[in-house]
Amino acid sequence: MWTLGPIAFAAPWLLLGLVALPILWLLLRAVPPAPIRRRFPGVALLLGLTDDESQTDRTPWWLLLLRMLAVAAVILGFAGPVLNPQEERPGGGPLLVLVDGTWADARDWPRRLDRIEAALRDAASDGRRAALVRLTDLPAEGPVFRDAQAVAQEAAGMVPAPHGPDPEGLSDWADSLSGDFDTFWLSDGVARDSRADLLAALEERGTVRVFESPRPVYGLTPPRFEDGTITLDALRARTGGAAEVRVNAMGPDPAGVERRLASESLAFIAGEGRATLELSLPPELRNRITRFEIQGVSSAGAVALTDDALKRREVALISGGNDREELELLDPLHYLRQALAPSAELIEGTLADVLLANPDVIILADVATLSSLEAEDLQAWVEDGGLLVRFAGPRLAASDVSRQSLDPLMPVRLRAGGRSIGGAMSWGEPKALAPFAADSPFYGLTIPDDVSVNAQVMAQPDPTLAARVIAQLADGTPLVTRKDSGQGNIVLFHVTANAEWSTLPLSGLFVQMLERLAVSTRPAVPDLEALEGTSWMPEDVLDAFGVLEDAGALPGVDGDRLADLTPGAEMPPGLYAGEERRIAVNVFTADSTLQPTAWPDRIPVEGLEVTRETPLKGWLIGGALMLLMLDILAALALSGRLRGPRAGVAAAMLGLVLAGLPTPPQAQEDDADPPVSEDFAVAATSDVVLAYVETGVPRVDEMSEAGLYGLSNTLFQRTSIEPAMPMGVDPETDELAFFPFLYWPVTAEQDLPSRAAYAKLNRYLRTGGMILFDTRDADLARFGSSSPEGKRLQAIARGLDIPPLEPIPQDHVLTRTFYLLQDFPGRHATRDVWVEAAPPDAQAAEGMPFRDLNDGVTPVVIGGNDWAAAWATDEDGNPLVPIGRGMAGERQREIALRFGVNLVMHVLTGNYKSDQVHVPALLDRLGQ
Amino acid sequence: MTERPLSLRSGAEALAAPLPPLLAEAEHLASTVIVGDHGRRRAGLGDTFWQYRPAQYHDERRHIDWRRSAKSDAQFVQDKEWQIAQSVQVWVDQSAAMAFSSTAQGVTKADRARVLALAVAILLLRGGERVGLTGDLLPPKRGEAQAAQMARLLSEDHPDDFGAPVADGMLAHSRAVFLSDFLGDLDAVERALGRAADRDVRGALVQVLDPAEEAFPFDGRTVFESMTGAIRHETLKAGELRARYLDRLAERQARLAELARLSGWQFHTHHTGDSATAALLWLYAALERHA
Repeated sequence: MWTLGPIAFAAPWLLLGLVALPILWLLLRAVPPAPIRRRFPGVALLLGLTDDESQTDRTPWWLLLLRMLAVAAVILGFAGPVLNPQEERPGGGPLLVLVDGTWADARDWPRRLDRIEAALRDAASDGRRAALVRLTDLPAEGPVFRDAQAVAQEAAGMVPAPHGPDPEGLSDWADSLSGDFDTFWLSDGVARDSRADLLAALEERGTVRVFESPRPVYGLTPPRFEDGTITLDALRARTGGAAEVRVNAMGPDPAGVERRLASESLAFIAGEGRATLELSLPPELRNRITRFEIQGVSSAGAVALTDDALKRREVALISGGNDREELELLDPLHYLRQALAPSAELIEGTLADVLLANPDVIILADVATLSSLEAEDLQAWVEDGGLLVRFAGPRLAASDVSRQSLDPLMPVRLRAGGRSIGGAMSWGEPKALAPFAADSPFYGLTIPDDVSVNAQVMAQPDPTLAARVIAQLADGTPLVTRKDSGQGNIVLFHVTANAEWSTLPLSGLFVQMLERLAVSTRPAVPDLEALEGTSWMPEDVLDAFGVLEDAGALPGVDGDRLADLTPGAEMPPGLYAGEERRIAVNVFTADSTLQPTAWPDRIPVEGLEVTRETPLKGWLIGGALMLLMLDILAALALSGRLRGPRAGVAAAMLGLVLAGLPTPPQAQEDDADPPVSEDFAVAATSDVVLAYVETGVPRVDEMSEAGLYGLSNTLFQRTSIEPAMPMGVDPETDELAFFPFLYWPVTAEQDLPSRAAYAKLNRYLRTGGMILFDTRDADLARFGSSSPEGKRLQAIARGLDIPPLEPIPQDHVLTRTFYLLQDFPGRHATRDVWVEAAPPDAQAAEGMPFRDLNDGVTPVVIGGNDWAAAWATDEDGNPLVPIGRGMAGERQREIALRFGVNLVMHVLTGNYKSDQVHVPALLDRLGQ
Repeated sequence: MTERPLSLRSGAEALAAPLPPLLAEAEHLASTVIVGDHGRRRAGLGDTFWQYRPAQYHDERRHIDWRRSAKSDAQFVQDKEWQIAQSVQVWVDQSAAMAFSSTAQGVTKADRARVLALAVAILLLRGGERVGLTGDLLPPKRGEAQAAQMARLLSEDHPDDFGAPVADGMLAHSRAVFLSDFLGDLDAVERALGRAADRDVRGALVQVLDPAEEAFPFDGRTVFESMTGAIRHETLKAGELRARYLDRLAERQARLAELARLSGWQFHTHHTGDSATAALLWLYAALERHA
């Protein structure tokens, strides 16, 4: 090693090569670039042309300089220059190499190993014996000094531990030291109480040198969940200067692949060792988080595992239809919301949307029928471990669900009708609850006296019933039943979720029952006293580098050892599972701090202020290569090969040179679903547009278009609805939400919609759209008819969420939304057109010709009158299809158009006309 | 080598396909007696109907058109229009210089010149003209076989660096087409045109050049060689020569155009980078033009 200022050379004699540079200069100078030979027939025209200026046949000086620089860089590079070389420290006697070997070492462990090996190599070259001791894994007795070379081989396999040294073991070991030796201590940079004693003990034996990495030590405290936000602290040992770290929240994505779920940067203020991060995440995301980690720091201390304390169960609430304008207290979901809101995340929406969120629990309050697709999805979700809780109610009691045979989504079969007890028209008194049986999940809950049940649905007795009852009334009738389904459960409360049928939802018992059913989350305070006497099995443990590994066959840990949450050799940081919950043991607890080591002045500390040894060889050789590349380009340019017919080669060279340059980041193409075509959306929404479903049969589609055109014209002329041109839609590809009304002619050959299209159609129907199904055969109304279109309609409608239907009653709002009608003919004039059935309890108000009917628009109108044909006109307004005979036929066409007007009015104004029925009563109440 | 005339011919046929048959105008009546497809606007030997005339005493009875005569009492004879054919002779430069192409996959000048020559030949043959090569190898004849024969002869390469037009064996009052890069000796061209003018032969000169020859995209130290290597020119800065080279080329083209004008010929420069159809169209127009 030959030193020149801050630079030393490993092979200084190679520098002699620099002497050759001037010779090289002369040589290169004499050789001009070689000419290119070109075949060129035009040479005949060139003969006699001489070069204008006397071009030098020597290489230009700048090209020479370039080449000289390249060669000089190569020579210098191979001479092995090193910036800031480390000088050696001589010594004698045995050498003890002491490593902390904690999580804090893990971040730059390879460097430490290098340093250990360098120290041992030096010891070996000085003929010293050596011993290597890791403080987290102390040998039984004092250090055994051996040949340094042999110790160096051992060192390679050493790994740090994910916890700190055991203070007691350390002081015992310090006491057991004997003999004289020097110590080289590789400290991890974290202050510990045990250090001072050990240092004193070591100094008695010989000199102590300390190596400490200048890199900062970072740590993360376990996350806490407070007021809807996750709080966690990042710690650092060295507090000088401001710093910024990025904290990532890691967890599986819906596909189970581990991903970064959130990322937040965290700034340390100069002089502060602690920075607090508050994260507010959507519950879906939050529940997935398995750990937090500081980006780019591979150390167990920079990882904070999460446990059940962070998780809140997601509960989806779905009630059967919200078509009743009820007081809030009668809302079937009101009490559930009240009971669950403090302890669980509530999701409300349609079943299809909710299933996408994959909640832990789905509560169906008085939902009787589900479409077959939804039932299928729901069942798959239950079998995958979901908990389905259903509540009874008038709809369920009135429906046929689970009546004849056991519905897969019901725990028991139900008897028709249910029963009512203690009412005005029945004998008996409201029933109280019987005490819970020992095998019931509710066992041990005290039953308040005031809980009583007035009405319930009754389970059909059968052999399996007894095993499925988990709560019953005093007279032995089941109140809550449960069934296992796959990995999940289905629970049925035989009463409503509101206080209509029982007082159960009003009592505290209701909340406790939900809690026992694991619907709501238990309080997440670690109950340390309760840990005593329990045993906890490690599931996953962290290694020192912060990598989560399967615990394998690690032994379990006692509850009282777990209680102090400080990791040790027998309890590495990780996730420990008890009977019902999991507890995370992290390197830090919530209130721990990180302090830097404070070594006495007499101890030489290496590594902190020493600038690092930097070999320059790579840079020089790389620079030389770069220069040679430039030289190629320059030579090409000089000899004219950079342009002209064979410039491609030169371009490739240029590309090679530029390849090393960073390329600007390019915006990622958004590969998400193709958005709805903007033109389509604008066309569909700038005006009211009537739409028809394209069947693929050109004649039918043309007729639909002509029919809707005629109807649009009629609306334009007669009403204030001014529709634009009708559009054809394909439920598979087009967005339906833009259209208030869809005309769907059913053909026998029509394909069934795909699953996605069904989901779209169901969403459309639920959000207030209307579909007019037209079998065009005048035949559907006859029950059990089997026209091909009728069968096809049945097949199509099977996947749709269609409510119970009835023929349009005399007082349906469709009969009076614009015209007063009692017939709904199209090209055919059958009477029966079907709409959503009125609720059975609808009653005519006193003195009113109409029943007091529900709000809302019927989602479907089904008939077979071929309305489009009756409506169809050409562009001049002439009817396209003859209807009936003579004036009677014209009358029928007119009535058909009036039906169309009424239908569109109904779609757009809802039951406005129905509301008018209440006007006298409202006026009366206003006192006028 | 057996493949080559075939592929050359099929290329030429493809190029000739979209054009209507070309009818070169026959200028002089007396010089040629061979019946071709050019109407002379008078009765004589030919294929197409010209007129009915009353039968004369010297008409043989077998010439009487009985269908026409049956319509009236008189007897009629059908006269045909007198038709003649024109002879066109083609010379294509087959020297080594023509084998040049500036890009690896590009068309050589020779390829383009041959295809053009053959295409125009096929068009003329379809129009009933007689086509041949200058010199004594292939005198003008009619028929498809002539095109095959021409293709065979054209696909031969000559070892010379630059070619000189062959003006031997040209029929008087016929037409001629010369296809070459005309980078060789211009005096030879001048002599050939002089001989052609002597025999009252009109025609077209088509200069086929590679784009590189028109652009001279060279730079740096370069040794230029002719295709056979016989002529060499070395320069240290090829880029400096560009302007002077282009001047010389323009001068040459101007001289060729002047020569053509003086002898009643047409001159056109075609680049192999351009579409061959454009050149064929020009040739079509040039041969159709009244001299």
